[in-house]
Amino acid sequence: MIAPKPALLLPAHPGGAALAANLVGFGRLLRRAGVPLGPAEILAGAAALEAIEIGDRFQVKAALRATMIHRHEHFLLFDHAFSLFWRDPEAAKHAAAMALMDGMKEQKKPPPAARRMAEAMQGERPIPPRPPEQPPEERVDMTFTVSERERLQNMDFEAMSAAELAAAKREIRKLVLPLDARPTRRFRADPRGPVTDLRATIRDALRSGGEILDIAHRRRVVRPPPLVALCDISGSMARYAQILVHFLHAVANDRERVHTFLFGTRLTNVTRQLRHRDAEVAFERVAHAVPDWSGGTRIGESLEGFNRLWARRVLGQGAVVLLITDGLDREGARGLAEATDRLRKSCRRLIWLNPLLRYAGFQPKSQGIRAMLPHVDEFRPVHNLASLRDLVSVLSDPRAGRMGIAA
Amino acid sequence: MSLPPDVATTQRLLAEGGYVADRALATTIHLALRMGRPIFLEGEPGTGKTEIAKVLAAELPRRLVRLQCYDGMDLASAAYEWNHARQLMAIRLAEAAGEAEDRATMERGIYDRRFLQARPLLQALEGEPAVLLIDELDRADEPFEAFLLEILADFQITIPELGTVKAATPPVVVITSNRTREVHDAIRRRCLYHWVDYPDAARERAILRIRAPQVGERLSAQVVAFVQAVRQADTFKPPGVAETIDWAGALAALDARELEPALVDETLGALLKYQDDIAKIRGAEAARLVAEAKRAAA
Repeated sequence: MIAPKPALLLPAHPGGAALAANLVGFGRLLRRAGVPLGPAEILAGAAALEAIEIGDRFQVKAALRATMIHRHEHFLLFDHAFSLFWRDPEAAKHAAAMALMDGMKEQKKPPPAARRMAEAMQGERPIPPRPPEQPPEERVDMTFTVSERERLQNMDFEAMSAAELAAAKREIRKLVLPLDARPTRRFRADPRGPVTDLRATIRDALRSGGEILDIAHRRRVVRPPPLVALCDISGSMARYAQILVHFLHAVANDRERVHTFLFGTRLTNVTRQLRHRDAEVAFERVAHAVPDWSGGTRIGESLEGFNRLWARRVLGQGAVVLLITDGLDREGARGLAEATDRLRKSCRRLIWLNPLLRYAGFQPKSQGIRAMLPHVDEFRPVHNLASLRDLVSVLSDPRAGRMGIAA
Repeated sequence: MSLPPDVATTQRLLAEGGYVADRALATTIHLALRMGRPIFLEGEPGTGKTEIAKVLAAELPRRLVRLQCYDGMDLASAAYEWNHARQLMAIRLAEAAGEAEDRATMERGIYDRRFLQARPLLQALEGEPAVLLIDELDRADEPFEAFLLEILADFQITIPELGTVKAATPPVVVITSNRTREVHDAIRRRCLYHWVDYPDAARERAILRIRAPQVGERLSAQVVAFVQAVRQADTFKPPGVAETIDWAGALAALDARELEPALVDETLGALLKYQDDIAKIRGAEAARLVAEAKRAAA
């Protein structure tokens, strides 16, 4: 790395105009690279530079990083931007350098498959129909026009046409998870609450000259536990994943503390992307973030990665985990049992949703399914609207949860 | 004592307190002291985040006020609480003495500083300058974070009945998080951020020299090389510096002069705290790592 020429780019005080301009330019570069950054960070950076020895490149870097960056994830971007900019601040203003920074973002560009998936998920475009194996009852059911909705309830997602899928998605939007509330350690005022509130009682008493006329009460606040969804988006799950991501988007926008991960061959956290109110924008962002739509599956590896990198960060406070996969593992179930067991031990409740369960005579024959089955708390089908409804009621059951794990 | 004038002095100050800080951390701390901003330290458990606050308090010197966070922590346990029993008593006494004056006087009498019990946050703002350690903020819930915003930005607490309490000398605030939950951006923006990483081999040896002086130089070098290798393995919970110190201490207590595979197997519980991890390392893997560590330390 070439040593900077401090005199050139960081003029001695008080002639700090060039310094300020450089700092603003640097801020612009960082923003361009995808670091969220506002004037507050620039000002803090400028203040920090006054508190250190400005000739020491290392101190300058540490000072700017401490003030302008708030997340460990952004350290790498910062380091790149810093070495690029401080080697030659002029160059950073050139298009070439900017393009290089843009290039760092571009790497995340999804393969064509993901783009196709995004387009498919935008809804307007009809999803290629599947003419050969339409289930026979669909033709029969056409006569029951009254109960079109009812029929939709029990229809397999995989058998639906584009229009029916759209209708199903509208239905899913209406599914609301009732509050499966768990007690917290907080209280709120409630005239009929079971606990007296002395602070409020005394405040009220003052109004009547110190005479306690009424005793104020309060009640424990309850709130739903965090929900973590791990959804398989490999080829065998493609149809279901599409619908379920819709469901997860509806849930993520309905309540707090919902974390969503998608996995095929690798694990992607799409929590932030799914939080966008507008479903289409959200799916567009998800598609850009996920590199492996409709590819193979490495369930064991994905779960292991989740355990190592995310379990401690999102499974606190008694989280419920929804594991959505058909259990058909490309890797012959290597490490799957251990990873599932570890996952179960780290959460309050592990629910496995498997679309294969729709077949009445389903036998857990596949290696993957046999490896995972002993380690989950619950095993449920998820292939039509009725099963999603059942899931909602299960999630809302306040008695649910294992003993021994903090609720 | 006044604040250290430059980064090198800050680093020396920490070293005198027995904390081996790299320069990035020393710069961040120096800036926090100079700019009067809170420090937000994030990192894996056992990397010495809490220790920084303790050393700062000892060296500045200032009193240390510690707030250990937990889920559902409320104002009453974090900031202040009215002593209701004494308030009620005061009301009764005023009545008995026939001093039932107008409401305003009564209110002033009841909401007096005498009846306010200070908890850590308020304690840190009142009295002698303090170092305020808000430990493991990720364990607290979001409503508590929102309450912290006022303290972090202006070093003041607003008590509805009494008014605003502002610190004469702003406390040095150190916030730590183990990342069991993402702390909100609003908190991060008010702080100087530093990610406390696992130390490199040289720094870890320096830490051992200070924290476990009874451990021989040769053993200590091997221990550090072994631990550094274990951190590269895919364990569920990589060992922190605190575990390194524990383990080195345990080996020294067993009069070990250097690592032996059998000895490692027997004492692995001081280093790794999950059965899965122990099962993975124990035996052949441990023997291989010991051989490697000896080569690296030689």
